[in-house]
Amino acid sequence: MAEPSMTLEIFRYRPEVEQEPTFQSYTVPYREDWVVLDALNYLKDQVDGTLSYRWSCRMGVCGSCGMMVNGTPKLTCAAFLKDYYPAPVRVEPLANFPVERDLVINMDDFMHKLREVKPWIIREQEKPVSAGEYLQTPTELASYKQFSMCINCMLCYAACPVYGMTQDFLGPAAIALAHRYNLDSRDQGQALRKDVVFSHEAIWECTFVGECSVVCPKDVDPAGAIQQEKVAGAIDLVKSVLIPWGSR
Amino acid sequence: MHDVLIVGGGGAGLRAAIAVAEADPKLDIAIVSKVYPMRSHTVAAEGGTAAVIKENDSLEKHISDTITGSDWMADQDAVELFVKEAPAELIQLEHWGCPWSREPDGRIAVRPFGGMTIERTWFAADKTGFHLLHTLFQTSLKYDAVKRYDEYFATKLLVENGRCQGVTAIELRSGMVQPILAKAVILCTGGAGRIFPFTTNGAIKTGDGMAVAYRAGVPLKDMEFVQYHPTGLPGTGILITEAARSEGGILVNKDGYRYLQDYGLGKPLDITDPRHPLKRTMELGPRDKLSQAFVHEQEKGRTLPGPYGDVVHLDVRHLGEKKIDKKIPFVRELSKNYAGIDPVYEPIPVRPVVHYMMGGIHTDIEAATPLAGLFAAGECACVSINGANRLGSNSLTELLVFGARAGRSAAAFAREHPQSDTRALEAQARDEQERIRKNFIAKQGGKERIARLRTEMTATMESGAGIYRTESSLQETCNKLAELKDRFPRITLDDRSLTFNTELTAALELEFMLNVAEAVAYSALARTESRGSHQRTDYPERDDKKFLAHSLAYRTEGPPRIEYLDVVITRWPPAERKYGE
Repeated sequence: MAEPSMTLEIFRYRPEVEQEPTFQSYTVPYREDWVVLDALNYLKDQVDGTLSYRWSCRMGVCGSCGMMVNGTPKLTCAAFLKDYYPAPVRVEPLANFPVERDLVINMDDFMHKLREVKPWIIREQEKPVSAGEYLQTPTELASYKQFSMCINCMLCYAACPVYGMTQDFLGPAAIALAHRYNLDSRDQGQALRKDVVFSHEAIWECTFVGECSVVCPKDVDPAGAIQQEKVAGAIDLVKSVLIPWGSR
Repeated sequence: MHDVLIVGGGGAGLRAAIAVAEADPKLDIAIVSKVYPMRSHTVAAEGGTAAVIKENDSLEKHISDTITGSDWMADQDAVELFVKEAPAELIQLEHWGCPWSREPDGRIAVRPFGGMTIERTWFAADKTGFHLLHTLFQTSLKYDAVKRYDEYFATKLLVENGRCQGVTAIELRSGMVQPILAKAVILCTGGAGRIFPFTTNGAIKTGDGMAVAYRAGVPLKDMEFVQYHPTGLPGTGILITEAARSEGGILVNKDGYRYLQDYGLGKPLDITDPRHPLKRTMELGPRDKLSQAFVHEQEKGRTLPGPYGDVVHLDVRHLGEKKIDKKIPFVRELSKNYAGIDPVYEPIPVRPVVHYMMGGIHTDIEAATPLAGLFAAGECACVSINGANRLGSNSLTELLVFGARAGRSAAAFAREHPQSDTRALEAQARDEQERIRKNFIAKQGGKERIARLRTEMTATMESGAGIYRTESSLQETCNKLAELKDRFPRITLDDRSLTFNTELTAALELEFMLNVAEAVAYSALARTESRGSHQRTDYPERDDKKFLAHSLAYRTEGPPRIEYLDVVITRWPPAERKYGE
């Protein structure tokens, strides 16, 4: 019996070769335990060395291999062929980002936004290392832990309709990261992050059941983070209107 | 020109960058990395990182555990300062925001790891490396002095007048080959697990830094010592952390028998015994001995067959869902996603898998290599604190302690050494650009496929230089590697374009890996004794008279030249390595 196979339709764009992106069809062996990334590696090694994409850990933690799989943002190291077989699978670069080549997107904007939210512990006074650790109870840890699990895979940006319309929007992962530090009992930098988090009115257009949280492979729930930041922002706004000294 | 250039943006590289910035805010710092820093493989470390913090522990115990674990191949002066500096490094990381797991009173929680007399492993659930890397990366963003060259692939060290003063690197986005110059250079490029077919290591771990140093005449030290982690998922090689065993998981063969008791690792306690798991015993023995025990079970026909080779079972069911979800949630996630089993209800199939290189670029305790201006830290370096077998949870600590040391050393070097004439360096960079154009992008002829050479290389490393080795198996591997080196110039690329050409980088990585593999195989051939992870069935005993010495592999036109350097012994004379007592 012939080995079972399936078809991958892959987005191709080589700026030195093609003016416009095209789709190229490839046949790959079907193996039950293969993920889409395994099929891409098979093609790269055996069939077409010109296919370009990013990957490394193939265990869902480095965040490199996010792509659109049949229109949905996925980590390709965690997208099993068996969930699509025998239908063809369409593989495209993450939506909402400029494409550098093939499945490789340009992530300059994302990297810039990460830094914008000041994702580090900010304190009025730093304690010397010799004074030991800051105490943090398991409950205090639990309050921000979920938001610290982001692997920067950017699937949430590819799924975000607001980011799709306006790239000025800070976006799900960056806001979740700001929220993570704001909630950390060791941090005192919330006031310094406020202007960035609320720098664009787009944050108010984000809906509660966000696509970002649906596609997040690490259950970070960026939509929840955005809603909680909005509540904090709204209270702040009310405070500054009613009691001008309240928001210092 | 930069003051300090760091190649590699993983844990060691980021820690080094911060150390330079804190040593002197006026210094100009650059990080060159072939991936965005948060993709670096530090991200995949799971179980934890060791440092003495609890009252019942002591520096002395951490030192002696590490030296015993190393089978007396670690330099004892290096281990001593490593252990002394470790607690401050981990507290520093806590101050930078690392979400360490905590005791109910808010203090740092610790767990035991293999080969430890007492629990001293700090952890952030079972994603310690991930949190450590992201904490360092995010913290590094606050320093304006740190300029990053993300997705730049370093191909060569630039050396002039006996001093390293930069690298050439390909900007992946444009394909431009350019010199990046600095007064001091630190290599933090990680290990080279990808020279083997079955490894926990990500695709990027191709030994680039080791190879560029080796080509520049810097020796690679102790390369024969390759760590197999006893519990990888079959097929993918995905790591199932040692923490699964430190929380009480057991290893059983096809008969459900805890086979480790047959291999000098002590007697098992019942899993319901409150003293289970006993430290330095059974499942908490060191990695080399556990991986070797698997091979013996396999030879006795007591392993289980699987589609990707034989396996044994790692059973954590008795821990219960609640504890599994709290202490080792990633183990459950990985087992479910990649092995299709839920460890709450089924045992996890596992087998030994290449995990870590104890060897690396020869450095002293200041992280300096023999080449002036060149420093190295992390897995790519060999100080050595790991000797013939690294203890679990010493590697993350090592990249912090020696990453920081490398940063401080390089900062001092950069301040004391003015930049020299850059014209010679730029000329070298033009030669390198021409080499890449001629040998790869514009090359005509040749039929060898990169993937084919790579597969043949990894196969010969496993068959000849795996857990157990002999003179004939190693000789065969050396011969095969020499053949692959001859064939390498005949490779052909499908892709001749400049924009993000990952076939070009795969070819350059293969060339690097062939260098590193050669150093591993020849160093292993020359060491006619068995010690730690280096097991020669034709020389089964440790030979302290001849081999209480680090190997140094120097590149030549032919096979590497192997020299030896005495191990530094201070207060812990070599003794028999015993566990389970």
